[in-house]
Amino acid sequence: MVRLEHYIIVSAVLFCIGLLGVIVRRNLLVIYMSLELMLNAANLALVSFSRFTNNLNGQVMVFFIITVAAAEVAVGLALIVALYRRRQIAHVEDLTSMKF
Amino acid sequence: MGLENLAWVVLLLPLISAAVITLFTLRNPRPSAQISIVAVVLSFVCSIVLYGVFRQSPPTYAASLNWLDVGPLHFDIAPRIDAFSLVMLLIVSGVGGIIHIYSFGYMHGDPGFGRYFASLSLSTLSMLGIVLASNFVMMFIFWELVGVSSYLLIGFWYQRPSAADAAKKAFITNRLGDFGFLLGIILIWGILGTVRFDELEATLLKSPAALGIWTSVAGLLIFCGAVGKSAQFPLHVWLPDAMEGPTPVSALIHAATMVAAGVYMLCRVIFLLALPPVWPDWLGFLQSYSVLDIIAWIGGFTALLAALIAIQQNDIKRVLAYSTLSQLGYMVMAVGISQSNPVSGPDPSPAMFHLSTHAFFKALLFLAAGSIIHSLHHEQNIWRMGGLRYKMPVTYWTFLIGTLAICGIPPFSGFFSKDDILASAAHHGVGLFLLASLVALLTTFYIFRLFFVAFAGTARVELAQHAHESPKVMTWPLVLLAIPSILSGVWGIDSYLGRFFTRGEAGHEYGWFEHLLAPFGHSPLAAASSLVAAGIGISLAYTLYRRAVKDPLVDALGPIARAMRSNFYFDELYAFLIRCTHELLARTAAFIDRVLIEGFGVRGISGTTDILGRALRLVQTGNLQTYTFLFALGVAIILVIALKH
Repeated sequence: MVRLEHYIIVSAVLFCIGLLGVIVRRNLLVIYMSLELMLNAANLALVSFSRFTNNLNGQVMVFFIITVAAAEVAVGLALIVALYRRRQIAHVEDLTSMKF
Repeated sequence: MGLENLAWVVLLLPLISAAVITLFTLRNPRPSAQISIVAVVLSFVCSIVLYGVFRQSPPTYAASLNWLDVGPLHFDIAPRIDAFSLVMLLIVSGVGGIIHIYSFGYMHGDPGFGRYFASLSLSTLSMLGIVLASNFVMMFIFWELVGVSSYLLIGFWYQRPSAADAAKKAFITNRLGDFGFLLGIILIWGILGTVRFDELEATLLKSPAALGIWTSVAGLLIFCGAVGKSAQFPLHVWLPDAMEGPTPVSALIHAATMVAAGVYMLCRVIFLLALPPVWPDWLGFLQSYSVLDIIAWIGGFTALLAALIAIQQNDIKRVLAYSTLSQLGYMVMAVGISQSNPVSGPDPSPAMFHLSTHAFFKALLFLAAGSIIHSLHHEQNIWRMGGLRYKMPVTYWTFLIGTLAICGIPPFSGFFSKDDILASAAHHGVGLFLLASLVALLTTFYIFRLFFVAFAGTARVELAQHAHESPKVMTWPLVLLAIPSILSGVWGIDSYLGRFFTRGEAGHEYGWFEHLLAPFGHSPLAAASSLVAAGIGISLAYTLYRRAVKDPLVDALGPIARAMRSNFYFDELYAFLIRCTHELLARTAAFIDRVLIEGFGVRGISGTTDILGRALRLVQTGNLQTYTFLFALGVAIILVIALKH
């Protein structure tokens, strides 16, 4: 029997992997993928709560998140491509020009 | 619109002139002088009209301007026209007008010509304002304006450090007195709720104890204002230094009119000063003295002190300055010994009489001195003059008239006014009578010393040999002033004012001839002592200085002469006192400000913020992943805390 706890644990593990990826990986694209992973971990949590409490609001929310995430991916990738074209870098430690 | 509103015209003309000169013609000497002179002469004409119309029956009402209306505090700027202010108006605008004209010659070619006339108009305005004041606050406003214009005129040659210092000294010393004056006004307003002279007089006549235990303190505080403005001991030190200003200024504001403001004010509020003495407990040692006694003794002391100093001064203007001090002391003493009249209170008309005659002859003396200084290219040391009698005949004769007037030789004006004062001193008591007679003797001595040294004998230096008479624009004012210096004693100023102060009880009208003899009739003792004092003074001065090459008194008196020459070391004493008290206070304040407030307060706060900011700046690495890590760490910490509780 698969219970809510299992889903939540999977979701938490996914989230932590994503967070770790964001913190330790250097490549912008990989960081970006890790971010998506965190987003989907949240989605998983929402869907499972929705499923186990018989409340459809969670699933509706997930649809919204997927839609917004699609748009966000488009914009984010475009930014990364533009950045790469301009500066020929895709490594996060080189992006320190905002530092005072 | 009745004729009484001419008082506003009198008051506003100099104001308009000052404003127009400052705004439009500051760089054009001639128009500036013309505007200023026309304004003051028109003021004088209006004053004559006012005097002619309201001589016998002053108007009860003139247009007033509501100046301030805050809760219970309410006062107007309104001219008060009565016999007293009418006489004073004539003197101020008349003498002022003559001095304006004289200045046109004296200041010729000065780069600050326009500025000079603007300041002169301002000072005329403020003096007229004091004369016309109908309440304490209006008087105080113009009182301060007088201080400002005096500051501007003393420091007129501000390029000279001594002039700038003298201006500051005059202003600050006056502020000390004004502080007391203001406290007195506030005290009176706080207790009686009004600052109008007529209402105050009515209240205090009805119930003399209305001011309670503050009666005498209020009188003394008001007197403080006069001590500052009329340069009485202990605030007398500014007046001699004020001679740094141009000579016509010395004549106008430091001899004839402005310094007389204090005496005028005392006479104006004599009803307040003459209240029976009531002192608060902590001033109980003064119980047996009234305010008028204190005023009389301070005035008498100032008169004696200044006369002694004047004997050993060598600068022509300084002799006249100390003479002014001495005469002002005389007037203040005369206020203090005003003879009381059972119906209407004390009658200070001798003081006002002396003020009027003094305004004429002291202005004359100063302008004649200015004429000498002008022709000797700003030489002021009398020992570098001599033999001017034949070089400058008009100046010589007019100066002689002024000298005789100040000595009190009949029939010159000074004799009559001085005699009035001596008579009331004799009536008051032996002490002040002897003091007044001694001062009269000293006055004659120092002024004739000046006269003999400057005019008699032969020229002592090359410069004095080439002296020549001043231009007509300067000699005519001398002649114009010489006339009232001779005659104003018999014009009846005293009986006119006497009738005003006693509400017609005293002061009968004489003819001119009766006037001439009156002093011998009603107080032979005073007249005789005045004549004897003058005689001794003149003969002493004659024997000592007729042909003197240097001052014989310097050797004869030794250290006393040195003390007199250095003004009895008052400046040094005050400097020492200020070093002990004021400087200490200033240093403490500076320590608190620099170390405590600035060091720990202002710099402390800014320094802490600065260091914190620098430390926090290190956190901003610019690395995205550090931020993410810290962010996640923060979330984790909050989660742990939230879940624990």
